[in-house]
Amino acid sequence: MSDTAEKVKKIVVEHLGVEEAKVTAEASFIDDLGADSLDTVELVMAFEEAFGVEIPDDAAEKITTVKDAIDYIEAQKAA
Amino acid sequence: MFGSLTTPRRVVVTGMGIACPLGVGVAHVWQRMLAGESGIGPISLFDATDLPARIAGEVPSGSRAEGKLDFNEWIPVKDQKKMDRFIQLALVAAAEAVEDSGWVAESEDDKNATGVMIGSGIGGLPTISENSQLVAQGKSRRLSPFFIPSALINLASGHVSIRYGFKGPNHAVVTACATGVHALGDAARLIALGDADVMVAGGAEAAICDIGMAGFCAARALSTGFNDRPTEASRPWDKDRDGFVMGEGAGVMVLEEYEHAKKRGAKIYGEVIGYGMSGDAYHITAPAEGHDGAYRAMKAALKNAGVTPDQIQYVNAHGTSTPMGDDLELEAVEKLFGEAGKGLAMSSTKSAIGHLLGAAGAVEGIFSILAIRDGVAPPTLNLHAPSRESVIDRVALQPQQRSIEVALSNSFGFGGTNASILFRKAP
Repeated sequence: MSDTAEKVKKIVVEHLGVEEAKVTAEASFIDDLGADSLDTVELVMAFEEAFGVEIPDDAAEKITTVKDAIDYIEAQKAA
Repeated sequence: MFGSLTTPRRVVVTGMGIACPLGVGVAHVWQRMLAGESGIGPISLFDATDLPARIAGEVPSGSRAEGKLDFNEWIPVKDQKKMDRFIQLALVAAAEAVEDSGWVAESEDDKNATGVMIGSGIGGLPTISENSQLVAQGKSRRLSPFFIPSALINLASGHVSIRYGFKGPNHAVVTACATGVHALGDAARLIALGDADVMVAGGAEAAICDIGMAGFCAARALSTGFNDRPTEASRPWDKDRDGFVMGEGAGVMVLEEYEHAKKRGAKIYGEVIGYGMSGDAYHITAPAEGHDGAYRAMKAALKNAGVTPDQIQYVNAHGTSTPMGDDLELEAVEKLFGEAGKGLAMSSTKSAIGHLLGAAGAVEGIFSILAIRDGVAPPTLNLHAPSRESVIDRVALQPQQRSIEVALSNSFGFGGTNASILFRKAP
């Protein structure tokens, strides 16, 4: 697993208070990890802070799973 | 509007919960209060070095087992960031009160008949302060999405309703330092008038933060002369008093319609028999001459209850330890009670815990109920030399064993808002 993936998972575990095993790549923040819409806003802010990237609202709306987040961040870092 | 109602229903107290500077848990707090202990100390919640008032009554940190506060025992960690400290304190006191009452709203009808009315004087001040600093630093985009719901006053009631599934009236009082009494009184009215059978009611406050303390310092309302002797700072009616001491915490009661409580075999602590309100129409912070507003609020409560002054044995005073307010309240109580004042005990429990602003009336209501239950008037600490003599016994320094059938509790707030509530021994 990449460093980014590790870090994303850690942030998700901390912010949503879920068990690490549940945070699979396919897991949806809202459907599988018990987040509400405000939780997801906060998660995206935490990603921005941790990775030093900016995630505009229209992109943030499309980040609904753990994998979406990892992919977006890695693409930003590669760019 | 009230056409279907012929007689108001009776309202009793079936559960109580407290988090205050003397600790967490009604039994623990009451025992410490009767032992004459003080919850006032140096401020630890933030760096108060630059302020003229550097002491306050903070809820002590530690485990529930030792009567102290560890939010992790009460609220999931991930939820704590969604609520300001005052909401967390409300949840702690509400949890104790609901548990104590034994009331579980299972059916949809029960849920609909159970409401929440927990107010606050100021609400999420620490949260507002932190977030406004981010904005000032040009970091507006870093504001938490939970900032607004964390700071809103009615979210204390909201969170309690969500936790327990109480779907009845959901309301929040905001009347500065009169909030607690207004919440208990208004909630009792909702039950009396049939809007709910059970109300979880009270107040919560957590304003011991930079702008909270600085703001009250600016208003010259706080004690500043006892920073080196914190436990002596809150001294209602004493000649050396120099302002109130900030406190924090929450008090919550479960109020219930009498027949409803009887039917389920609930333990009944006492009855809410009267409630009175008034406005000063005078000044934003100072009480009117002779504390006329206090007099009228108390008089209205007595009228509402149908009792006369000689039937009341204990008054839990607003008594904040400010130079002006204490003696004016005393004057109003003397005027109301007249000859009956000779048999009266009146104390200010703020002498032990400071002024909990919007939570004050709620925790003092609980102390009034306990005074009736145990036949004891809690003491006014630090009252060594009153600035004004009176026939009314102000329970200086030591608690007093007394037979108490009816107790009156007062709370007055900035803006010139006054509220009094009357409790009677359990029917």
